[in-house]
Amino acid sequence: MSLATTNSVAEIRARNKELIEEVLKVYPEKTAKRRAKHLNVHQAGKSDCGVKSNIKSIPGVMTIRGCAYAGSKGVVWGPIKDMVHISHGPVGCGQYSWGSRRNYYVGTTGIDSFVTLQFTSDFQEKDIVFGGDKKLDKILDEIQELFPLNNGITIQSECPVGLIGDDIEAVSRAKSKEYGGKTIVPVRCEGFRGVSQSLGHHIANDAVRDWIFGHIEAEGKPKFEPTPYDVAIIGDYNIGGDAWSSRILLEEMGLRVIAQWSGDGSLAELEATPKAKLNILHCYRSMNYISRHMEEKFGIPWCEYNFFGPSKIADSLRRIAGYFDDKIKEGAERVIEKYQPLVDAVIAKYRPRLEGKTVMLYVGGLRPRHVIGAYEDLGMDVIGTGYEFGHNDDYQRTAQHYVKDSTLIYDDVNGYEFERFVEKLQPDLVGSGIKEKYVFQKMSVPFRQMHSWDYSGPYHGYDGFAIFARDMDMAVNSPIWKRTKAPWKEAPSAKLQAAE
Amino acid sequence: MPQSAEHVLDHVELFRGPEYQQMLAKKKIFENPRDPAEVERIKEWTKTAEYREKNFAREALAVNPAKACQPLGAVFASVGFERTLPFVHGSQGCVAYYRSHLSRHFKEPSSCVSSSMTEDAAVFGGLNNMTDGLANSYKMYKPKMIAVSTTCMAEVIGDDLNAFIKTSKEKGSVPADFDVPFAHTPAFVGSHVTGYDNALKGILEHFWDGKAGTAPKLERKPNGAINIIGGFDGYTVGNLREIKRILELMGIQHTVLADNSEVFDTPTDGEFRMYDGGTTLKDAANAIHAKATISMQQWCTEKTLSFAAEHGQDVLSFNYPVGLSATDDFIVALSRISGKEIPEQLARERGRLVDAIADSSAHVHGKKFAIYGDPDLCYGLAAFLLELGAEPTHVLSTNGNKAWQEKMQALLASSPFGQGCQVYPGRDLWHMRSLLFTEPVDFLIGNTYGKYLERDTATPLIRIGFPIFDRHHHHRSPIWGYQGGLNVLVKILDKIFDEIDNKTNILGKTDYSFDIIR
Repeated sequence: MSLATTNSVAEIRARNKELIEEVLKVYPEKTAKRRAKHLNVHQAGKSDCGVKSNIKSIPGVMTIRGCAYAGSKGVVWGPIKDMVHISHGPVGCGQYSWGSRRNYYVGTTGIDSFVTLQFTSDFQEKDIVFGGDKKLDKILDEIQELFPLNNGITIQSECPVGLIGDDIEAVSRAKSKEYGGKTIVPVRCEGFRGVSQSLGHHIANDAVRDWIFGHIEAEGKPKFEPTPYDVAIIGDYNIGGDAWSSRILLEEMGLRVIAQWSGDGSLAELEATPKAKLNILHCYRSMNYISRHMEEKFGIPWCEYNFFGPSKIADSLRRIAGYFDDKIKEGAERVIEKYQPLVDAVIAKYRPRLEGKTVMLYVGGLRPRHVIGAYEDLGMDVIGTGYEFGHNDDYQRTAQHYVKDSTLIYDDVNGYEFERFVEKLQPDLVGSGIKEKYVFQKMSVPFRQMHSWDYSGPYHGYDGFAIFARDMDMAVNSPIWKRTKAPWKEAPSAKLQAAE
Repeated sequence: MPQSAEHVLDHVELFRGPEYQQMLAKKKIFENPRDPAEVERIKEWTKTAEYREKNFAREALAVNPAKACQPLGAVFASVGFERTLPFVHGSQGCVAYYRSHLSRHFKEPSSCVSSSMTEDAAVFGGLNNMTDGLANSYKMYKPKMIAVSTTCMAEVIGDDLNAFIKTSKEKGSVPADFDVPFAHTPAFVGSHVTGYDNALKGILEHFWDGKAGTAPKLERKPNGAINIIGGFDGYTVGNLREIKRILELMGIQHTVLADNSEVFDTPTDGEFRMYDGGTTLKDAANAIHAKATISMQQWCTEKTLSFAAEHGQDVLSFNYPVGLSATDDFIVALSRISGKEIPEQLARERGRLVDAIADSSAHVHGKKFAIYGDPDLCYGLAAFLLELGAEPTHVLSTNGNKAWQEKMQALLASSPFGQGCQVYPGRDLWHMRSLLFTEPVDFLIGNTYGKYLERDTATPLIRIGFPIFDRHHHHRSPIWGYQGGLNVLVKILDKIFDEIDNKTNILGKTDYSFDIIR
């Protein structure tokens, strides 16, 4: 049942269907019925991947998903560098998410930038019993005194806040007034809300709408002279510097980036974004909400783009240029041409080592589709993919623009299913998260973390593609994978112990 | 263009070149940045005694605390039992965080499930989540035991684990006689060390006191065995193996409770071992008969030890014994309790540690250290520094309490090298930053987050603690026992020598002291 012996699309389809059936057998009947809707084999020509998504995870299955707090503090708000983000509630949430997402920024940490600090109200029992509003009031004073150069504060709610009836909005309004209109943003991203990180993204977007855009004067002048070429990067968290290796291309083609959302971003950039001529959206899942809002409220068009791998980069540069005049269109061609020798050299070096290798992905809300082109540029073949917190519009985009016929699709996959799928399909590489990494490496399957870039990066843009290619090569072709079995034992094949 | 296929530059070098530096400089105008002079002024102000005073006057805000929450400790303890699946009742994001946190430290898989409670469960309670969750976990992951703990969400709404587990069993989620011990582990009480204690006590209570009313309580028939509890420990792999080696050398019948030294160190050989090693359930039950229970970490096991004492066992606790005297005390206690002689091999190992200290102590003597971490770890490291003739100067534990403070102070008072040291319970790493600026020390000992303090204050960091995310594999080597003491000594010495080299390596300026022999 490995790919090596299964070649035709029909055979692969049958094999994948059989695999899904086999995996479902482990479950109690009710669970099998629910999980069946999230697993499918993609059929070419369909408008989506044929799976249900954005539905509650099933208790006890070892879902890989996180929570709304992770989506708001961890993803959307956390990277805004000149604001202090308070993890409001018990100590754990802020502790576990402290500095782990690699949102790069330039600033003097602790003085005018605060991304890699862990601010928490560290709730104790008395705060649960008597409420945390008074404590929050005092915390805001203490931040003002000890971190006077902060440009704003957000309050990222953890589970208890919404359960004990705290009124963080009232505290925020009162303190904002007390501090002369200071930006203080309450965010209702308690972890129990919604089904995954995804609702946290939405709540965080809405908080920008209500507490940032809601408080700026629509006709207010930006602090810089507008140009016809002003754009904002939306949905790039600058992981390992991704937004920088993207920004450089946009500027080289003649555009001017006036804001980054939210990697290496600042409050001033958020506030200035309504002056952009075009919002360009990388992570659709986490920031389509605010892009749509800006379109409705300020008339700013938005376009999705993909800066993984040269094929998608070139498409994207041309698509973005399509919103502008010939000067920018020529700029896009100039950029593509400038980087072509680098692309050719990278592909010449790495493609022969990676040609025909198979990949299985499981990431968040964007990369399960967005990185496929980059793998294909290297001759690699994505045979399975799924989203931790994608919605149906993500699966539509995946089906219509990315995956091949008969690709295995798994939504909100859990530990058991993912291990089984990998064991049976024997891919040459798995790309997923930290919780999955060591599981598959134990099974002798090469692995790259596709949330944190395994502490490498950037992967966006042409500069990033070279790093991506290098990293995939070093994972797949590490000599250690040929040595995992003791020479006196048989050849390695991925196995798992659970549920055997 | 800086990038090339021949020499691929990643984030470490890519952004240093003029292309990116110019781009970043131009980005500034959109950031509405603070005046650089003002940034400089505030930066300098944060180094002052005045700032320190304001910083220490904080009553509500925590900045960079060095502690995590209870369920992390519960998960850590639970995986130390044979084929045991930790099941955390509450919001699911918490479990994603514990698993990530443990994997980032150990570079190992970390298996744990959640009952995935959402808004409806917040209103109606999480009984259905428990019932469905136990059924799914049991079928999918074939555990021998499911150890339940709670997130703060379940605690705030007041879910009753005992009743929920009973109901779930009645509904057939798991067989009636399947072991489902539980512990309430609210994140707003204590820290991860408290959660370790609660979970371990919950498991022992389950086996010893009649499995939540479903079985007769065990009757204790004392034998000569000793139970050992390691406590929450980033070095659990190396340390528990070292303790077991010592116990075996001494021929002491023993049970290590919550032995997670295998599950956090499985081989890569083609097979994923979701469960590995661990205290067998039989041994966990039989541990009631032991003569004594010894805890390596007092503040990880206060409730568990009281529980063992209530069952008639002798109990004894240490404070993360590192170094010569602490190991002596541990070995002597083992001998006293078990009646076994101390083998010559341990005397030789001790002699080697003494030898190493004698060889090197001149380089450590009189050096000032700041230490932070869990309460027991701080105590153990401070005690070792004192016997090296080093001078602990600031000892800070975010999850240390008043009792810890008093015990620390007594330790420091007992040595001429501890006279200049202050103890800070309940403080965080932003407090430590002020301490390092206003009362500088030569070295800092702490976890990975200490690197921010090293960057800001230029105090060289010696990484000992949890979590260690940015250095690999140190958890595999023990820091307990005489051998462990040697490992700690080498860690400290390496940093000291590196620092001397760093200060003396400028050609033609300082390199007269760039000695080849030290």
